[in-house]
Amino acid sequence: MNKNRERRPHPLVELTKARFLEFLRDPSAIFWVFVFPILLTIVLGIAFKNQGPEKIEVGFLGPAAEELVERIQVPHPEGLKLTLMNPGQAAAALRSGRIDLIVRAELWAGGTPMITYQYDPTRPGARMARLAVDNLVQMSFGRINAVQIIEEQVEEKGGRYIDFLIPGLIGMNVMGSCMWGLGYAIVDSRRRKLLKRFAVTPMNRSHFLLSFALSRLIFLVMEVGFLVLFAYLVFSVRIQGGILTLALVALVGTAAFSGLALLIASRTASTETASGWMNLVQLPMWLLSGSFFAYSRFPEFLHPWIRLLPLTALNDAARAVMNDGSGMGAITWELAVLAFWSLVSFAVALRIFKWH
Amino acid sequence: MPTNNNLPPAPEDTPVIRCRDLVVAYGSLVAVNGLTLDILRGECFGLLGPNGAGKTTAVEVFEGLLRPRTGTLEILGETWGRSDAGDRRLRQRLGVALQETHFPENLTVFEIIRLFRSFYRGGRKINDLIALMGLEEKRNARVGKLSGGQRQRLALTCALVGAPEIIFLDEPTTGLDPQARLTIWQAVEALVRDGCTVVLTTHYMEEAARLCRRVGIIDSGRLIALDSPAGLVRTLGAGEIVEFKMEGEFPLESVRRIPGVLRAEKRDRQWILMVNDSAQTLPGILNTLSAQGMRVDSVSTHQATLEDVFVQLTGKGLGDE
Repeated sequence: MNKNRERRPHPLVELTKARFLEFLRDPSAIFWVFVFPILLTIVLGIAFKNQGPEKIEVGFLGPAAEELVERIQVPHPEGLKLTLMNPGQAAAALRSGRIDLIVRAELWAGGTPMITYQYDPTRPGARMARLAVDNLVQMSFGRINAVQIIEEQVEEKGGRYIDFLIPGLIGMNVMGSCMWGLGYAIVDSRRRKLLKRFAVTPMNRSHFLLSFALSRLIFLVMEVGFLVLFAYLVFSVRIQGGILTLALVALVGTAAFSGLALLIASRTASTETASGWMNLVQLPMWLLSGSFFAYSRFPEFLHPWIRLLPLTALNDAARAVMNDGSGMGAITWELAVLAFWSLVSFAVALRIFKWH
Repeated sequence: MPTNNNLPPAPEDTPVIRCRDLVVAYGSLVAVNGLTLDILRGECFGLLGPNGAGKTTAVEVFEGLLRPRTGTLEILGETWGRSDAGDRRLRQRLGVALQETHFPENLTVFEIIRLFRSFYRGGRKINDLIALMGLEEKRNARVGKLSGGQRQRLALTCALVGAPEIIFLDEPTTGLDPQARLTIWQAVEALVRDGCTVVLTTHYMEEAARLCRRVGIIDSGRLIALDSPAGLVRTLGAGEIVEFKMEGEFPLESVRRIPGVLRAEKRDRQWILMVNDSAQTLPGILNTLSAQGMRVDSVSTHQATLEDVFVQLTGKGLGDE
């Protein structure tokens, strides 16, 4: 037989290359990692495009309604839409949230109507509507401002919804691609008996796990870079802080979620079980960690717990760097949380990992 | 391909695998029960047995995947589990094809062989291996597009990338069509000619008879016979097997008295006779039956095979679960 030696490729290079090619040739993986976040950005970017403050809608009814609307509409109230309605329409519109306030105007002696405001004070729009309408009503009947006001309107950099959304999407993307690209891939290899097949070769087992980490790293640069570039080109989302700081945040985030994914994959033999676990881990973070809306909307006592979640830490850190221009000093807590998750999950996963 | 006149050189009688009183258990289930066995350098050794007999378990202990509960095992003079580095050194000298490995569907034949090649210090050139296994046309085809036989050849290729001293093949031809099976057999024969020790498990007695110098029959975790295929058949003491299918009760006692009938017994609604020579003995048997007014539905005869040995030893067929 031919005893000629050819240059032996390094196993770590070969393993990483195999991971990389396998991923690139899987159309569904490409979709979820590259196309889906872009689609999400486009859809949400359009839905929450800055159309100025929302118009407050108010329903008017009662015998004096028509006269009242005409009177207060003279200076063309900004941000208000006033509609005449019958009682049935008005009640339905209030219930469905289409209008925030019902104004009932009865006739009263002396030319001044008697007005009733009907609204749900727990709805944020309702109290604003009440204040705005009441102001117009009172001024149209002669109230004069006591203090002169000068208004200055500003637009904060990084203050739009799309600016809020992009760092959240980066966080979700890092989490998802670690789960699928690492966790699912390892469980699938175990199911295919490929792990067992590797276990009977002289392959250095740490090379195998390292190859996953390396290929994650390559994909991380591609995924995050792609999303950031897209957001910049289409929605002019800018990175206010350092790009290297953002890269470091993404890297530490990847380390945390790689650890979690490896932990889920360490003993699971069926891909169904793995998907279940991965969704179980991801779902609370999708809801709580502020990818799409700020977690400050949840009750105060939950915040310290939410801030311990790795996705919260990643989102907060990415937002701080992208929108507030923060440096490393401002995000030490977030980096510490991510590093903690990474260390604990890797330590446990490597201890209990099963090859067959 | 070796023929019967051109037997491979007799192996040196040095064991490359020595196991003594090996017991392997999963919880309370004892899969291998006191296996003692020497496998010699350069031989093709077959573990023959039905599904669930413990063949795969035994081989996985040899491969270092499973730890025996008790007993000792030496592979190429080494022992598993002394150190990670020691295990890896030993694995450099072994090749393995598991019972089933699903290689990544999106990688090509060449990419997979190159990956496995990178784990071994020595070994053959990738292109030589591809040619040797007749996979040239499929070199750049993805695994997902391969037939069962081609996948099995790829698995075999990955087992021999490191030029191993011992190669383990766990049911290498299960589920393959006859042509694909023949290709694998020829490849195994070529390996043995090159001096590689081959340990294979199978439940095809034809495969064991063709490839193996020695065969161990394993049933319920125990080695119940160990000899060359021809030697095992000889232990039956019979040249041919006659099988009767018929209604009613077969006159076993009177048939057993006919000269040339070595053994007669009922098995699964059939009556099985072992005879020296069916041409001489069968007329006498048929006469005895018709004299007693018995009607025979069918009679068949065949040369005694390993399957008959197996049935004789265990009371069940190789294909039985």
